[in-house]
Amino acid sequence: MTAVQVTGVTKTFTTKAGLVTALDDVDLTVEKGEFVSLIGPSGCGKSTLLRLIADLDTPTSGVIEVFGKSARQARLDQDYGIAFQTAGLLPWRSVAANIELPLQLHGVDRVGRRQRVAQLIELVGLGDFARSFPEQLSGGMQQRVAIARSLAERPELLLMDEPFGALDEMTRERMQSELVRISAETGAAVIFVTHSIPEAVFLSDRVVVMSPRPGRIRKVIDVKLGDARGEGLREESAFFASVTEVREALHGAPATGTARGVDTR
Amino acid sequence: MTRLRAVILGALGIVLLGVLWEAYKALGPAAGFEAFGIQLLPRTSDLAMPHLIDMLDRALSPVNTAADSQPVWLTVTLACLSSLGTAAVGLAVGAVVGFGLALLMLRFRIAESAVLPWLILSQTVPLIALAPVIVSWGGRVHIGEFEWQRWMSVAVIASYLAFFPVAVGALRGLQSPLAAQVELMHSFAAGWWRTVLHLRLPASVPYLIPAVRLGAASAIIGTVVAEVSTGAKGGIGRLIIEYAQSGSSDPAKAFSPIAGAVLMGLATAGVVALVALTLGRFRSNEVPA
Amino acid sequence: MILRRVLPPVALGVLALLGWELLVQFAKIQPYLLPAPSAIGKQLALVLPGLWAATLATGSNALIGLIAGSILAIALALVASRLRFVDQLIAPVVAAIAVVPIVALAPVLTNMFGATSETPRRVIVGVVVFVPVFVNTLRGLRQVLPVHRDLMRAYAASNWQLTRTVTIPGALPYIFTGLNIASSLAVISAVVAEYFGGLQNGLGSRITSAASNSAYPRAWAYVFGAILLGLVFYAATLALERLASRRR
Repeated sequence: MTAVQVTGVTKTFTTKAGLVTALDDVDLTVEKGEFVSLIGPSGCGKSTLLRLIADLDTPTSGVIEVFGKSARQARLDQDYGIAFQTAGLLPWRSVAANIELPLQLHGVDRVGRRQRVAQLIELVGLGDFARSFPEQLSGGMQQRVAIARSLAERPELLLMDEPFGALDEMTRERMQSELVRISAETGAAVIFVTHSIPEAVFLSDRVVVMSPRPGRIRKVIDVKLGDARGEGLREESAFFASVTEVREALHGAPATGTARGVDTR
Repeated sequence: MTRLRAVILGALGIVLLGVLWEAYKALGPAAGFEAFGIQLLPRTSDLAMPHLIDMLDRALSPVNTAADSQPVWLTVTLACLSSLGTAAVGLAVGAVVGFGLALLMLRFRIAESAVLPWLILSQTVPLIALAPVIVSWGGRVHIGEFEWQRWMSVAVIASYLAFFPVAVGALRGLQSPLAAQVELMHSFAAGWWRTVLHLRLPASVPYLIPAVRLGAASAIIGTVVAEVSTGAKGGIGRLIIEYAQSGSSDPAKAFSPIAGAVLMGLATAGVVALVALTLGRFRSNEVPA
Repeated sequence: MILRRVLPPVALGVLALLGWELLVQFAKIQPYLLPAPSAIGKQLALVLPGLWAATLATGSNALIGLIAGSILAIALALVASRLRFVDQLIAPVVAAIAVVPIVALAPVLTNMFGATSETPRRVIVGVVVFVPVFVNTLRGLRQVLPVHRDLMRAYAASNWQLTRTVTIPGALPYIFTGLNIASSLAVISAVVAEYFGGLQNGLGSRITSAASNSAYPRAWAYVFGAILLGLVFYAATLALERLASRRR
């Protein structure tokens, strides 16, 4: 069964500079339990695509189905959890209260909320910080709270918009390993927007490579690294082979000395 | 398009106030509304709430029955100009003192920690209550040839109200440059004054403009209040009281000097805004006061 | 640490008071110019009962005006943050009120409500207080981060849920900034409004009548009462703010 079905989606914005085509006739299918990364330079529409799936924006044309329903219905039914580049925690709520927020909004009773929050805090390894406030946490810890919050209602689909984009490299790799573990434990499908090639390869079953102006899908790459992904994977040749494959797809040709790096854009 | 809409709606808001006035006068209870012995809504008689048109008519007719009497609007305008002059002196004095104090606090850490709490405290208390006392200096202080005039007391009160926003705004502005910018000046071996002149002063403009706007409004308020408590002749404050006392026989007359005071405040804010326009390139990141 | 923060202003205060007393004593300054602190203190003890009654009268006017004006301001700011045309409708009026001497309305309000009514002063205080509370509340309500808005939309949260869980808690510090300014303005305008006639029962009218009787130390004693009242209002809002931020 498919989790997300994107068919012929186009999105245009009117800006001061005129009409901008953020996405041009994009098709994409994500199966249940699948981990798919969207990668590409700035302006390729990867975040826009994620926002359309989340029904935070509506497509100019085309159809998006989430679990066989319209994106809007899926949002109203709370079929997905979401995490953004900034953790977006409410500064006046404690860690526990932040994780609790979606449960509270959707009328889960107090006992149910407390139990679920306790589980989630353990899941992301923040047991000692339940009563802390966001400003007392490091960026990585804040992002873990945001991920716990996105998992609160056991969604079968996780939408993540560069959640590790603002973290340092070491924290980032640790968070990636945790995300692999969490997504394996929950069995949810994940759509993950990123700028980083190794991150996309390390996490994903498939990497969707996009190109800008207008935003299009250039290539979809199967990453055949299996389900058991430990830290050792980062040093295996199969990993590097996939990294190279994604890089070449991004630059449209075998990488040469003149290729522009994605991260510098 | 959106700008036009804002202007139209804004004008409509002001018209709405006038409509409310007339509507309440027409439909409200004649004796107002009283509950628990407290008058909650005003009376609607012509004595208490004259028609807008009567106010306008009164503004255009002579002050009194004397043959050489000026029309009310002219008297009010002259009084406003006199008050504006006093307020301008007050604002100038207040701005100079405020800016000087800000420089002092910038230069000496100890001055800031000793003076600033008092400055802030002084704003939380009604020191303007001193107005009647300060006013009593008028005509009694002589220093050689110099005799203290009543209008000077008024200006002193206006300057006291104007000086605080300027002092605080200037201090925040002068302290606004980043450490990196200050260190750059340091690396150029620029002294304290040159750093102030080339870095801190331009950087303080976005803070100074709202501060001066606030200071100007405060100077006007201070002038009007001080004129009321002095009864200093010639100013708009005196006129407000004088015309209000004829309220029982001539209720529409009292509104002219009030409208004058309102226009005076608006005109001053307009002048500050015009001056601010000429400083455009320093204002890329203006902050609200 | 605290010593470093408290010592300089206290030292300056004591020094100023001492200097004031000595200046008046030795330079033979006339009381109409500046009475000695000791003379003011003596008067303070004499007028204490009257001072208390006057402070109560002015204080209750300030308090009622402050509460009414603030409630109105916060409510209107909530509406204006939602409905753009309401904002555009009242923005120029608010901007005008901010730069205009509102106390000048006192005489006509006295005409409208009657010379024996406290209402004119309360209306003045309410209007004066309205501006900072409205402006700051609106600014606070507009501070909602795009990421929080997205998040609440992703949660299919209702408008009311957005307002209650994100907008209002986020705006609270701004509202209190407005209330802090407003609490000082309330006392100041309550005192000043009394200079414009009407009932003769508050601090403002006592100050004027003492000054016109050349009883300057007594006038200063009433000014002292006004200052204390201002401090009480300021401290009360600060305490309220502490309380609210602890509960969050």
